[in-house]
Amino acid sequence: MTGQPILQVEEVTKTFGGIIALNRVSFEVREGEILGIIGPNGSGKTTVVNCITGFVKASSGRIRFRGREITGKAPHKIAALGVTRTFQIMRPYYSLPAYKNLVIPLFSPRARRTGGWRGGGRLGDRNTLGIDILEEIGFERDSYVPYKVTATLPTGYLKRLELARCLALKPELIICDEVFSGLSMSEIASMVPLIERLQMEGITLIMIEHRLRELFQVASRVMVLNFGEKLVEGSAAEVMADPRVREAYFGSEEVEEVMVHA
Amino acid sequence: MNAETGQRRRERIDRGIKVRTAGLYALMSWRELSYLILPRLVLIAGLLGLPMMMPGMYWKRVISIVCIYALLALVFDFLAHFVGLVSLGGAFFVGTGGYISALLNVKLGLPPLACVPAATLLGGALCTLLLLPCLPLRGVYFAIVTLMYPLLLARVIEALNILGGTDGIMGIDSLPSAWMEQYLVIVLVLAALFGLRRLVNTDLGLVLRAVKDNDQAVRASAMNVTYYKALGVFIGACIGCLSGACLVHIYMWAGISTFALDFSVLPIAATVIGGSGTLVGPVLGCLILVPVSELLRDFGTLRIVFYSLILLGFTVFRSEGLMVFGQRKYHQFERWKSI
Repeated sequence: MTGQPILQVEEVTKTFGGIIALNRVSFEVREGEILGIIGPNGSGKTTVVNCITGFVKASSGRIRFRGREITGKAPHKIAALGVTRTFQIMRPYYSLPAYKNLVIPLFSPRARRTGGWRGGGRLGDRNTLGIDILEEIGFERDSYVPYKVTATLPTGYLKRLELARCLALKPELIICDEVFSGLSMSEIASMVPLIERLQMEGITLIMIEHRLRELFQVASRVMVLNFGEKLVEGSAAEVMADPRVREAYFGSEEVEEVMVHA
Repeated sequence: MNAETGQRRRERIDRGIKVRTAGLYALMSWRELSYLILPRLVLIAGLLGLPMMMPGMYWKRVISIVCIYALLALVFDFLAHFVGLVSLGGAFFVGTGGYISALLNVKLGLPPLACVPAATLLGGALCTLLLLPCLPLRGVYFAIVTLMYPLLLARVIEALNILGGTDGIMGIDSLPSAWMEQYLVIVLVLAALFGLRRLVNTDLGLVLRAVKDNDQAVRASAMNVTYYKALGVFIGACIGCLSGACLVHIYMWAGISTFALDFSVLPIAATVIGGSGTLVGPVLGCLILVPVSELLRDFGTLRIVFYSLILLGFTVFRSEGLMVFGQRKYHQFERWKSI
């Protein structure tokens, strides 16, 4: 089911002063797949996301989306191509009601052109459309939840709101920066089918995660970063079997445990 | 009386109205409608009636100046609270709009009623263009640059002796009639006030507010933050230049003093007194501050002392501002309701 490469990252290096955050990292994402990126804290996972989405400029290397060079472009231009992201530290508009959060992405030129997530054509009333998207992503329409002030919502809803903001742009690629972190087991359990559904709808995903068990349920391939360098790439089983990964990242007991459950 | 008190309870008037006006407009009675409309009517009628209550020409002129400052205060509140740019650019806007309108009138011979709108748009565009370099930055840069421009432009005019130099541009036509001169600025204040209030509640206004609160998320939503900041500045600069254009046609003179920092500072003080983020508050603040400042002229140099004390008092004892306080109290009105 995976097809053409949709995103190609070639030899991307990012340095912050003397610190090398990413060192010649190359990988590609194929259309329709879910690529997991894991690695210890500080291994450069979020920097990869920031480089792809233009929030920081790569020091060298090339990033191409659908064959088109996007290296160093402004974030809003990259997002306008359909490369969207969530933030690890969630960035909703806290003072607004939840559904109003979606009016803002729906106002963007891309959403006007595409009509939002489901829209084939013209954009209707943005408030209604926002509530529609929220309902599909797990906000109960007939409750008060979509109308509540965002600051009062629990983390689970905020994580969904991050995803909803991406969906409002009718994305082709969503880069999820730790959407499972900070969620309870039951919240994660309800998030996994949502991720699977997005994949079924033809959206390609990159997922940066620390929750390995849930990630391995959905990811087609996994890439491991360590100290800004790519360690290995492959299926979940291949990656876990690699001794370098064990050494660099997990500590042997946890690997055993994950292997038993996988 | 006793049996009846058991059957009654107190209820806040706004509760039901608020719920019903939040989404769709379904007010049930004239009484409810009047609860919402009355404050607005008082403001409109009050502003329009103000010149008639003034004793002489001097105080009528003061009302015009109040309106000029009110426009600038609206701009400050709009930019600071809804676009997230703290602007000290009142003087910059007034000066630019004023000089453009004066030049169009004196050099090209356009009538004032054509000069004012032209100066509004040209000045708005020019100011936005000059402020563009600091828009991608966050923090105090915008404030610094807006403060710098009027100082710079005034010195340039003085040093190069262009645009009339220190004498200014004289012989500017006044507006067609005294009646129009009085009411044009009042109507403009009302239009700017209600226009901005409507704007900030549209989807575009929501985006502007989002730029203020959370620009990273707006970027991630495929929108150009700088463009929306520039749009906000353009709207603000247009209104500011409009006030400047009106000012020079009222005074029939444009000079370096249109770049005076009063135009930057007083609107901020008025916003603090009136309540920031309400838009109507700054107008109210100007209605208080400008006449007070005129009354205090009798005290000579002590004027600034009293003025400062008033500001100090407001900042310490009513830092939220009159309008925020007033709105809260208004919403707490109660009525008896039979059960």
